[in-house]
This record gives sequence, structure tokens and C-alpha cells, in this order.
Amino acid sequence: MHLKSNSVPSVNSYAVTVVGHDRPGIVAGVTGALATHGGNIEDSSMTLLRGYFAWTLLVSLDADLATVETTLAPLAEPNLKIAVIELAPEVTGTQAATHWLSVHGSDRPGIVSAVTAVVAGAGGNITDLTTRLAGTLYVVLADVFLPPGVDVAVLEQQLAAVSAQLGVEVTLRVADNDDVL
Amino acid sequence: MSQELLAQLALDLPKGLVRTAVQAPDPVLSTRCVEVDPCDPATVSLAADLLATMAAAPGCVGLAANQIGVGQRVFSLDVSAHSKTRTHHGRFVLVNPVIEQASRNEKAREGCLSVPDFTGDVKRATRLTVSGRVPGTGAAVIITTDAFEARAIQHEVDHLEGLLFLDRAAGAHAIHARQNYL
Repeated sequence: MHLKSNSVPSVNSYAVTVVGHDRPGIVAGVTGALATHGGNIEDSSMTLLRGYFAWTLLVSLDADLATVETTLAPLAEPNLKIAVIELAPEVTGTQAATHWLSVHGSDRPGIVSAVTAVVAGAGGNITDLTTRLAGTLYVVLADVFLPPGVDVAVLEQQLAAVSAQLGVEVTLRVADNDDVL
Repeated sequence: MSQELLAQLALDLPKGLVRTAVQAPDPVLSTRCVEVDPCDPATVSLAADLLATMAAAPGCVGLAANQIGVGQRVFSLDVSAHSKTRTHHGRFVLVNPVIEQASRNEKAREGCLSVPDFTGDVKRATRLTVSGRVPGTGAAVIITTDAFEARAIQHEVDHLEGLLFLDRAAGAHAIHARQNYL
């Protein structure tokens, strides 16, 4: 590793989102374009949602926002959108989930908002979230960070009240930390 | 495992009816099932229907009564042909089961006839002792088992408690789309 001799080593951080119709080669194309500028992909999360490609990635690279946008623009298609957001340098760090929340029941509008409002009201933070719909069955799985001092029994009572209103099943469990061998 | 236990579990039932499997989000799957008389002819008939319905569903190794819409504490099981099975007790039905001991948790992926579109990663005991009654004779039995049979029994007893594997999913990335082979 060497330091650049003059000016500031201006490595910038960006969030790139890529959303649209799936096809083979999207990941290879985006990462290839970023690599031409020495882009370093940090955390990223990609999945297919009902056949839609959905990817958010954090990239550090030595280029300004316009350059990154220009680099990625040729990869965009009418049904594949790419957006770049410049990130402020400060980060808040990662919170490890203390609890797992699962919700399942008949699909209806408002399940996620009602349940997560209860969590937020207790000061809890959602650290990961998956929702799935299959037929009429709706499933929500959330990783939750509850800060010290949260009364979990009270939170469970509030979740039970909301779940009864919604007609869904809600379970809050202490997250297992993976066994260290 | 004793030959006596296997003889007690072996069932000589009339041929049951293939019933329609209930799928989530049906509330019968989220409701605790009630205890039932193992010697009641209706219980024997239910046991036969569970075995018939289980046999008719490809890949189905266990079935709880509420999965065919009956909120009673009865389940059928047969993991004898499954590759992950070590100890097994053949094809049997248990009434009013109670998990007496459970230890050595392991996480593994499991599916469910009532949740046909998903599988989930669930931590379950790999050593298990369960007590219950045999339909018809009412004989009290205690089954000690391991590995896949232990997992399957816990999955079925959960059904009788009104719980699905979705309630035990280990985190936000613990459910997966299932290959629909049915």
C-alpha cells in the first residue's frame, strides 16, 4: 500500500441500487464497470423479488458522483434502473439483532406497518427484513435490535394485541447467537 | 428400541380416507388442538385418515390432525424411507403426545404440507423422548429417538400447539422458496 504524494486521497463512498427485470449478467456488468475505476464493493445485498432483480451495494472508489453515474449509465435498460447516492463518511455501525420476529397470516394491507410500529414504539430497530406473499399467505420475518432496558414482556403483550386486531400470528424470540466451536 | 414397543405402535386399522390438506393461513393451524380419547372409534378413524392422507402426499413423512382440519392432538409419522433418518419406529400414530426430553439442538431446513411455497431453517433437538397413547388400544408408549425422526415429531407436536415452522424461523433469511414438486 502506498500513499498518494499530493492532494487528498479522495476515496468516496456510494450506495448503488439496481432494480428491474432480471437477466443473466447484471452483477457481472455492474461490478465490471465499477472495477474500471478501481471500485471496491463493500457490503451488498441482492435478491430476486418475484422475478425482479433487486440489489443495493456499498462501493468505495476514487471518483466523483458524475463519473460513477456516467460509468454505470450504459448498463441501465428501460426495465433496469440504476441509481447512485453519495454517502456521507460517517457511519453508524452495525447492530446485531437481539430478537427474531415472525408474523404470518392472511394477506391484508398494513401488517408490516402495524407490527413494526409497535417495535419502533419500544425503541426497537429493524436490522433485517424479509416479507413474502404466496397465495393468501403473508409472511414477515424481521431481525430486531432491542436496546437494553426494553421490557420484552410488555412488548410481547403489545404485539399480541396488534396481531389479534390483524388476525395474524406474531412470535418474538430471543435470537440465537451461532454456537462458537 | 424394543420389539414390544414396535408391536404396540404397529396399527391394524381400517383403510382411511384421503382428506384435503389445510394450508396456511387457515386458523385451525394456529389454534392449539385438544386432547382426545385414544380408544374412541372416532380417534381410530382419524388415525386411519391421517395415514391415508400422508401416504397420498408425495414426500410427506408426518401429518398432524389439524392439517386435515381436525383440532385434536393426534399425528401420524413415517420417516422410515427418509435418507436423514437414523433411529425410526416405522409407521405410527400417536395420540396426546408430550415431549418429555429434548436436547442437542441443530439447525436444518424443513418444509410442511400446509405451507407449500416455503421451507425454513429451524433449530430442533436431535435427541428426543416423547410419550403418548396408541389409537385403538390406548396403550401408553414412550418413544426415544434421534435425528430426522426427532425433528419430524417436534414439527408435528408444534402443529398440535398451533405453531408452524414459520413461527420458529431462525432470522430474516430463514425462509426460502420451495421447489414445488407436488
